[in-house]
Amino acid sequence: MSDNILEVKNLNINFKTFAGTVQAIRDVSFNLKKGETLAIVGESGSGKSVTTRSIMGLLASNAVIEHGEILFKGQDLLKESAKEMDHHRGNDLSMIFQDPMTSLDPTMTIGKQVAEPLRIHGKISKEKALKRAQEVLELVGIPNAKNRMKDFPHQFSGGQRQRIVIAIAIVNYPEILIADEPTTALDVTVQAQIIDLMRELQEKLETSIIFITHDLGVVAGIADRVAVMYAGKIIEVGTVDEIFYQPKHPYTWGLLSSMPTLDTKGAKLSSIPGTPPDLLDPPKGDAFAPRNPYAMQIDLEAQPPFFKVSDTHYAATWLLHPDAPKVQPPAPIVKRAQEYAHLMQTGAVDTPSEGSQN
Amino acid sequence: MLKYILKRLGYMILTLFIVASITFFMMKLMPGTPFSNQDKLSAAQLKIMNEQYGLNKPIWQQYLIYLGNLLHGDFGTSFQFSNQPVLSLITSRLKPSLLIGSQAMIIGSLLGILLGAVAAINKNNWIDSLATFVSIVGISVPSFVLGVLLQFFIAFKWHMFPIAGFDNWQASVLPSLALAVSPLAQTARFMRTEMVDVLNSDYIELSKAKGNTRWQTVVKHTLRNSLIPVITILGPLTANILTGSLVVENIFSIPGIGEQFVKSIMTNDYPTIMGLTIFYALMFMVMLLITDILYSLIDPRIRLTNDKEEN
Ligand SMILES: Nc1ncnc2c1ncn2[C@@H]1O[C@H](COP(=O)(O)OP(=O)(O)OP(=O)(O)O)[C@@H](O)[C@H]1O
Ligand SMILES: [Mg+2]
Repeated sequence: MSDNILEVKNLNINFKTFAGTVQAIRDVSFNLKKGETLAIVGESGSGKSVTTRSIMGLLASNAVIEHGEILFKGQDLLKESAKEMDHHRGNDLSMIFQDPMTSLDPTMTIGKQVAEPLRIHGKISKEKALKRAQEVLELVGIPNAKNRMKDFPHQFSGGQRQRIVIAIAIVNYPEILIADEPTTALDVTVQAQIIDLMRELQEKLETSIIFITHDLGVVAGIADRVAVMYAGKIIEVGTVDEIFYQPKHPYTWGLLSSMPTLDTKGAKLSSIPGTPPDLLDPPKGDAFAPRNPYAMQIDLEAQPPFFKVSDTHYAATWLLHPDAPKVQPPAPIVKRAQEYAHLMQTGAVDTPSEGSQN
Repeated sequence: MLKYILKRLGYMILTLFIVASITFFMMKLMPGTPFSNQDKLSAAQLKIMNEQYGLNKPIWQQYLIYLGNLLHGDFGTSFQFSNQPVLSLITSRLKPSLLIGSQAMIIGSLLGILLGAVAAINKNNWIDSLATFVSIVGISVPSFVLGVLLQFFIAFKWHMFPIAGFDNWQASVLPSLALAVSPLAQTARFMRTEMVDVLNSDYIELSKAKGNTRWQTVVKHTLRNSLIPVITILGPLTANILTGSLVVENIFSIPGIGEQFVKSIMTNDYPTIMGLTIFYALMFMVMLLITDILYSLIDPRIRLTNDKEEN
């Protein structure tokens, strides 16, 4: 598949700590196509940030990449020198961090901060860089950008600061943009604006986006495909519709059932009981088994391989094994599937990703 | 800004008045009189002396006279050196203290910042441990021990610099070094803590994500942000050190204000003690004001205003 701009293959990452070795990423593989948005969802600690930081080469100093490849346009990033990685960062790979309140240098004007990647990577004059910075600030919707170039971060609101952080990330037209929970610190209206902005930018710039979130509601609005992570593994991956309406993994069921929708508004939401396993000593079998009401004996003994559901949809659960008993997913999941089937029949949805709640 | 500074100056005058009053009454409470050390004086002579210096008047009267004189910049005359006005006594002693103090401050703060920065960049490896060791030693070894060591080895054994006195610039080197160690150690520790914090912050992460190399990140985004808080401790440290060190000046026989202060206390020289106390307070407040002004110039988040409107 040559239209993959990024291929992550069998990635294993450990952290050395005083308590022992944390097996944070356990055999993760996924692809990213040119111009698409892949969402990575999962509970806290499932390994979303570690996975994407390894792409940027920004892992903590106690991290050890045990195994794997990260192919960017066919080149293994893990084999590149520090200098080569400096060249990628902020140039063809860029990243938006979670907290807009602390991501900007408090003592540097925002004009300079936005112009910085241009100055680092391009042989471009200071004046030209600042002019480009101003254009990009206008593009991300900073009002009166021209007069605000010399302002400092504390003179902007949280939403504006996140726009500035996005401006920094896109100023060099990156080929891959990684957004690690870029909206969690913002209120809902601003969140929606930022998501719209990212979609718009993606259309204009043809960027491939990896969008990390633990808020499934956000996913429907932005992603083409979704990868669900649990305890350092990807356990299900598929198109947005496949994950939202025909999920196969009990963990995905749990995540979706705990998501507020229009008709569950006000009703009590079920969150998945229990806690993720200790990654210092991961279980032999399926890591989700202890929390899984559908767990079978084999889940405790062997890790499930990926079962193919469609060309784009894979899930790692023994329930998909031909010999497994047929089980009934939780009621909300069944209801979703039915509603979806109905909508598809009546042709009410043309672009399916907008058929979900927003 | 100007309004702010004027207001601060007003507070300074008020503080000086309070300091002057407190020292005045404390002096009166102290046992011993200025002339009791000179036991050759007869009762009649004592009476004449007391009258000459106004010590026979009621205390409240002495207080008012004292304050009135202060307003005219008259700090009184020294008991110890007859006819020597306190003010000229202090100013004549100022130069050695300021020279040694400023040299010590420049060496101490620059080396301290450097040491702290190097430690922070090498956090948790042997360089960091070495730097931490140096600053702990610097903080815990009293300056007089260090002064004596410097005197013994560098001056006495190796004859590199004069042992004591204040005849030429060379003589100021050893006392400056002895004085520099404490601010060096304190700045180094403070700088390290601040810089470790800054290096862990999100905007440093973003700096790396922009493609800055390690060094570019330190130069462009780390140093200024770590230095801003360090300025806050430099002000008081400078005030402390510029006003002379009681101990170091005595060890090296430097005719500075620190040495004078010790002498005045030993001789119950009230006017000089009070003059010096007020002078110390003044120096301290001036340094704090300068620090605040500097701080607001360097840190864009801080604007000096009278009222806390927005931040
Ligand atoms: N420097 C580190 N040292 C030790 N363990 C680490 C380190 N960084 C991450 N981990 C561990 O790796 C696992 C994955 O962490 P990661 O930050 O990727 O989670 P996440 O999915 O991004 O969670 P969140 O939604 O909370 O951001 C966690 O168990 C975490 O404790
Ligand atoms: Mg994370």
